[in-house]
Amino acid sequence: MMLRPAPPESNLVERSEILDSVGMARVLRRVAFEIVERNGQDAYFVGIRTGGALLAERMVKLLVEGGEKRPDLGAIDITLYRDDVFHGLPKPEIGPTELKKSIDGRVVVLIDDVLNTGRTVRAGMDVLLDYGRPRLIQLAVLVDRGRRELPIQPDFVGVRLQTTAEHSVRVMLSERGETDRVVLRERSGS
Amino acid sequence: MTGAHAFSHKHLLGMEHLSAEEITTILDLGENFLEIANRSIKKVPTLRGKTVINLFLEPSTRTRTSFEIAAKRLSADGVNFTAASSSTTKGETLIDTATNLDAMSPDIVVIRHAQAGSPLLLTKHIKAAVVNAGDGQHEHPTQALLDASTIRAHKGKIEGLTVVICGDIDHSRVARSNIFALRKLGARVRVAGPRSLLPLGIESLGVEAFDRVEPALEGADVVMMLRIQLERKAGGRFPNTREYARLFGLNARRLALAKPDAIVMHPGPMNRGVEISPEVADGPRSVILDQVARGVAIRMAVLYLLGGGSDAVE
Amino acid sequence: MADILLRGGRVIDPARNFEASAEVLLQDGKVARVEPGIAPPAGARVIDCKGLWVVPGLIDMHTHLREPGQEYKENIETGTAAAAAGGFTAVCAMPNTVPPNDNRAVTELIVRRAREAGVVRVYPIGCITQGQKGENLAEMGELQEAGCVAVSDDGKCVMNSEVMRRALEYARGLGLPVIQHAEDTNLTAGGPAHEGAASTRIGLRGQPAAAESAMVARDLELVVLTGARYHVAHASCAETVRLVRDAKRRGLPVTAEVTPHHLTLTDEACAGYDTSTRVNPPLRSDKDVAAVREALADGTLDAVATDHAPHSPVEKDVEFEQAASGMIGLETALALCLELVDAKILTPALLVTRMSVAPAKILGLPGGTLAPGSAADVTVIDPQAAWTCDPSRLRSRSRNTPFGGRAMHGQAMLTIVAGNIVFAQEKPVG
Repeated sequence: MMLRPAPPESNLVERSEILDSVGMARVLRRVAFEIVERNGQDAYFVGIRTGGALLAERMVKLLVEGGEKRPDLGAIDITLYRDDVFHGLPKPEIGPTELKKSIDGRVVVLIDDVLNTGRTVRAGMDVLLDYGRPRLIQLAVLVDRGRRELPIQPDFVGVRLQTTAEHSVRVMLSERGETDRVVLRERSGS
Repeated sequence: MTGAHAFSHKHLLGMEHLSAEEITTILDLGENFLEIANRSIKKVPTLRGKTVINLFLEPSTRTRTSFEIAAKRLSADGVNFTAASSSTTKGETLIDTATNLDAMSPDIVVIRHAQAGSPLLLTKHIKAAVVNAGDGQHEHPTQALLDASTIRAHKGKIEGLTVVICGDIDHSRVARSNIFALRKLGARVRVAGPRSLLPLGIESLGVEAFDRVEPALEGADVVMMLRIQLERKAGGRFPNTREYARLFGLNARRLALAKPDAIVMHPGPMNRGVEISPEVADGPRSVILDQVARGVAIRMAVLYLLGGGSDAVE
Repeated sequence: MADILLRGGRVIDPARNFEASAEVLLQDGKVARVEPGIAPPAGARVIDCKGLWVVPGLIDMHTHLREPGQEYKENIETGTAAAAAGGFTAVCAMPNTVPPNDNRAVTELIVRRAREAGVVRVYPIGCITQGQKGENLAEMGELQEAGCVAVSDDGKCVMNSEVMRRALEYARGLGLPVIQHAEDTNLTAGGPAHEGAASTRIGLRGQPAAAESAMVARDLELVVLTGARYHVAHASCAETVRLVRDAKRRGLPVTAEVTPHHLTLTDEACAGYDTSTRVNPPLRSDKDVAAVREALADGTLDAVATDHAPHSPVEKDVEFEQAASGMIGLETALALCLELVDAKILTPALLVTRMSVAPAKILGLPGGTLAPGSAADVTVIDPQAAWTCDPSRLRSRSRNTPFGGRAMHGQAMLTIVAGNIVFAQEKPVG
């Protein structure tokens, strides 16, 4: 989820495929197991809506398929916590925040699809703190494209990329009716 | 996350000029905000730094409180400017009050006023977004929105339902806003009450008018009782509250004429024993307290939409 | 005063059943000759009126000049300047001034101020009751001696039937018409809008049309009793029209007027809560507008009267229900009535009858004709001139009109009172 309005789709041309569907599954599985390896069964997977929440669901499924115990899963919506609500975005949709089990004293792993400026993660941490007091918050992302604007670093990374403002990283997911892949796109004519 | 939400108004003055799509947008947002009331920290930072002035120039405790809580839950700074503390009683005009408030740069002004059209007048003199919290006998849009939200939650839909609004239709801004909203959302609306409380030409708003309650209740999905507004001189329109209660009040016997699963609503405050009997008001089909809970969420949705600086949008 | 020759215009003088292209020669403050082919006398000012109408000066029998007492809204100078710009050569000043015109001293003040500062003729109307309180009769005899041409408590209704009966009897003895502001105030209490579908939708408290017609019905019974000359001010609804039509059929000495705004606006104009649309009686339903238009055409309603009611922002920049009633009308009346000519509701001759001949006849005023020998009160009208109403450019001291921005057709080009040009449209006419 990006905090700044994305450049209009029509101006973007695909530069390269970062991950295909096989690659995405492999990376997700690796990250999921790294999380369990480091935290044991205590990790509480919490995805940031909408992309991060879908990835969190997938990771949990991959862990169960891999013989692990099903970890707790939740989702948060950060719309009401954004720092740019009033800066020119279309009226956003607000999805429900679902944290069925308390996060108090837990190790919460925030999961998002793309880490860019860090502002989404900042908002995500604020949401969590309004719901309880986790013992530890960690961050897992599928793609870290750099360009941070806040002192936030991921604990688990699928793919690291060097990008510029002209780039757009797009995560396509079958849950949204697309073929699983991650592509790097660039503004045409730039 | 693009413009799935259709809401392009700077102010919320009434339901008459909203589309069904816009009403649905607010209802959907309101559903999302309901959950915040169940958190341990009932507050989100969305409107941090925004100032909401509650300009209440007519006594009202519950609507003002509801707006106050809504603003606080969105982290806005709320200031109350009520009739008792205002200078309107000292002869200052509404326009003077408005321009003075405007000089303090509020982002949203919520106005309750005894006279129709005053929120519109306010919009012509201030830069802030204006929310009508009830103007005379004209409109009370957030009440209609919370009523629609309640109906939708209990009935799963609004389209095709038969809604009966009973009582003092003439003096009721709640009735007008509900008629506008429910008609747009596809409900059949009946109004019922003594003929002396049904305004001339009410049928032109697309409703059926009944001068007895019983035939109006037959087959109803929703029964909305209105308050007898004795303070608006409704008293002269019928002999006394005793006869009113006997002929037009909602009791269990009359409610039995509606559908078995019909819900009972009331915008409050109730005159128990006049327009509604205690057994019905507190009975299993009453959703009156749910209306109140939804009032906060709906007002949060409205403040959210208007506080989002719509001038920056699109 | 130089002679004036109005050349080549279409002269419309319904009082003499005269409508033809002709010259009009004004000499010594009087109409000297009206016929084709008059050669200009030496030294006469010749004004080309080709394509224009030359008509007897328009008379507004219902104007609020606000002097004395409310000069911040209007005074005799500004009000009569507005009248001249609207094509009126005479106005009747309603008595709800401060103090009200209920005694000779106030009438004499108005007459004197009109002589000093008035641009057009001013005929005062006196009160029916002292202080317009509806209780004790005003000194109608002295008011008449001082110059009042009729009595009215306009702005207020004479509610008490006994008082109204005695007023009609006493005025009849003096030969004074009684002009009633017909409003049953028990029925109108607090309701600023016409009661109907529009008021119900926009949430304004309403007053039923019956508040007017019920009072007219009562008064007509008192006219049967007293035989007095009775005139209905600002008739606004279908029921009043029906009552007046019936009374005339019965031969009662009854006349009635209607305002330009009740002929052209419906209650839907109040939907934006524009306080300049708050008038009393209120703007009515489309059915009522159709009825008063028809009645103006068939003569049930005798006259158009502006009910020019200036108010300042103090009274108007407030909530609709708090606002004072009334709108200004002297400078828009002619163009609004010309809309009825365009709509084929009135002929040009009928328009002149309703705006000049009838008011003169009802109140027994000089004017209303261009017959040789009559006063040289003349209005020259361009029925086609296109203009847009800009309230900031009106001569009235007040701006309370809902017609700002309205595209108008037709205006007064020249207003002549007693042979003097008191108003000429900036666009040269000669």
